[in-house]
Amino acid sequence: MTTTAIAPAAGATEPRPGRGLSARLHGAAGALRRSPRMLVGLIILLFFVLLAVFGPLFIHNPNALGTEVLGRPSAKYWLGTTQEGQNVLYQVIAATGPTLEVGFVAGGISTVLSLLIGVGGAFIGGISDEALNLFTNVILVIPVMPLVIVISAYVQAKSLLPTIIIIAFTGWAGTARVLRALALSMRSRDYILAARVSGERPWRIVVVELLPNMTAFIVSGFIFTVIFAILTQAGLAFLGLGNTNLLSWGNMLYWAQADQALTSGAWWWFAPPGLCIALLGTGLSLVNFGLDEVLNPRLRSVRPVGGRTKARRQAAGSP
Amino acid sequence: MRYFTRKVGFYVLALWGAVTLNFFLPRFIPGNPVEVLLARMTESGNPPPGEYKVLSSVLGIGGGNLLDQYWHYLRQLSRLNLGVSITEFPTPVTHILAQTLPWTIVLVGTATVIAFLIGTTLGALAGWRRSRFLNNLLPVTTFLTATPYFWLALVFLYIFGVVLHYLPLNGGYDPTLDIGWSSSFIVSALQHSVLPGATIVLAQLGGWMLSMRNMTLTTLSEDYVWAAEAKGIRPRRVLLGYAARNAILPSVTGFAISLGFVVSGSIIMEIVFSYPGIGYTLLQAVQNDDYALMQGIFLVICLVVLGANFLVDMLYGFIDPRTRQAR
Repeated sequence: MTTTAIAPAAGATEPRPGRGLSARLHGAAGALRRSPRMLVGLIILLFFVLLAVFGPLFIHNPNALGTEVLGRPSAKYWLGTTQEGQNVLYQVIAATGPTLEVGFVAGGISTVLSLLIGVGGAFIGGISDEALNLFTNVILVIPVMPLVIVISAYVQAKSLLPTIIIIAFTGWAGTARVLRALALSMRSRDYILAARVSGERPWRIVVVELLPNMTAFIVSGFIFTVIFAILTQAGLAFLGLGNTNLLSWGNMLYWAQADQALTSGAWWWFAPPGLCIALLGTGLSLVNFGLDEVLNPRLRSVRPVGGRTKARRQAAGSP
Repeated sequence: MRYFTRKVGFYVLALWGAVTLNFFLPRFIPGNPVEVLLARMTESGNPPPGEYKVLSSVLGIGGGNLLDQYWHYLRQLSRLNLGVSITEFPTPVTHILAQTLPWTIVLVGTATVIAFLIGTTLGALAGWRRSRFLNNLLPVTTFLTATPYFWLALVFLYIFGVVLHYLPLNGGYDPTLDIGWSSSFIVSALQHSVLPGATIVLAQLGGWMLSMRNMTLTTLSEDYVWAAEAKGIRPRRVLLGYAARNAILPSVTGFAISLGFVVSGSIIMEIVFSYPGIGYTLLQAVQNDDYALMQGIFLVICLVVLGANFLVDMLYGFIDPRTRQAR
């Protein structure tokens, strides 16, 4: 039962429900084969995670001032230097960790919130569900960025933690709505009813029966929130809200803008951090598209001309 | 009718939520923000008499208990009194809002409509033809969607402003001209809006395109589309009259979420271009600890976003008759 949500249309390669780890890995590998998008996305993600973990071992102090000011990319400085002669490459690498940290921690907290509010509401039902759903929809239409900017201006964060909390508490609504709809439709499925009749406790039904079948959607919602968190943090850091000495990609862009990197033509200063944000975001979105394709076989692109037989075989495999 | 009353009820509630949230926000400030504000005001001139009272009501932290404070805050709001700004002392906040809001609404509104039209059309075609070209475009648009607006703005500014000198670097119009309906002013405003507008359009395009493509693909395998094709109806008509018409509905309902993203991206983007809209003003307010202006801007952005979503929901009820009958 646990793998069905991840690979519902796996056809012949679909592992039977509840066959343990190896079957699950097999299913995941099949999903990857069927979705090159997801593979590319995971590779990008892995690259940045490795960069965040091992990158700092290979670099010197990213804030060390150098003598070469606004130097173009060269053999010594691969990505050039800043106004203060700092090594842009070192800064990009050192900023990877904090950026990922904000994304994943805020995304994680946010996902837990959306589970509590979305799935919790759907499972309790009745008036509290109506109220929670209304609350979710209200939060959803209130524009987040101005809210986050105003709160950040008031709080005046010294570390990343306030930023993480602010983002987590503003980013949960979209996922909560999706998960609620899903939980509502699952609540009346036969196996849940069977579990109820057999007297399983509610929390056990949610944790053991419901959540495992929502895994793919929860992961998808999590990834969505991680992208949201990374973009929001980049925006805040770019505005100089929070501690301007905390290195992150957004923060690098703040200094580049503040020190007139644009008008002095120092593209090597402002291009890399933005590219990294966009690339990481692309990687995460690709993983999400991959999940989407696996969940909804109709979305898979048919292989264009030349791949006719493959396309037909695929069409035959999907409903 | 049920649909409309439900929607009106929802938006009234959402508005109340935004207003109440706005009331609680200043409580995050350490110390007494009214004192801070007044001290800063006296640096730049004499604050108008009674400003202490107005400020504390506007920021929702005057005397009395919480309910009293809330009541005073609502009363000041209903009189459209949002206090005076420090940034442009002693202009009333409402005055600044009236000046800057039109810039943002026109720019973001037009760009959003353009992005929606282009993105949906491309998405429908990509789903319909499953064409190689359009589907290969998807990773590119994905990349653009994942790009922060302000960084895209920086890159555009660098390429077209600094390197090629095609377009003006910043501002919303040529400051030597008078604001008005003269042709030279309109041309100047248009020129200044090309880069910011293009940024918003490009950054949004991918999202609309992807959701439309996916919905078209899903709709195309519905029975009624097969039936239409089997009857021998021309493909063009099947796409426009059967598939696209239904596939577009989720895009319309998704408007609420995407508008929030667009506004969020745009207000930071404005800062890159020093565009005289509400986002640029928000940054100035933040930098000057201009709490009254910040609160006012947050409130008015909420108001506009809620209003836009209300209109779209009304439109949705109009184009999809099912919603009017539902429950």
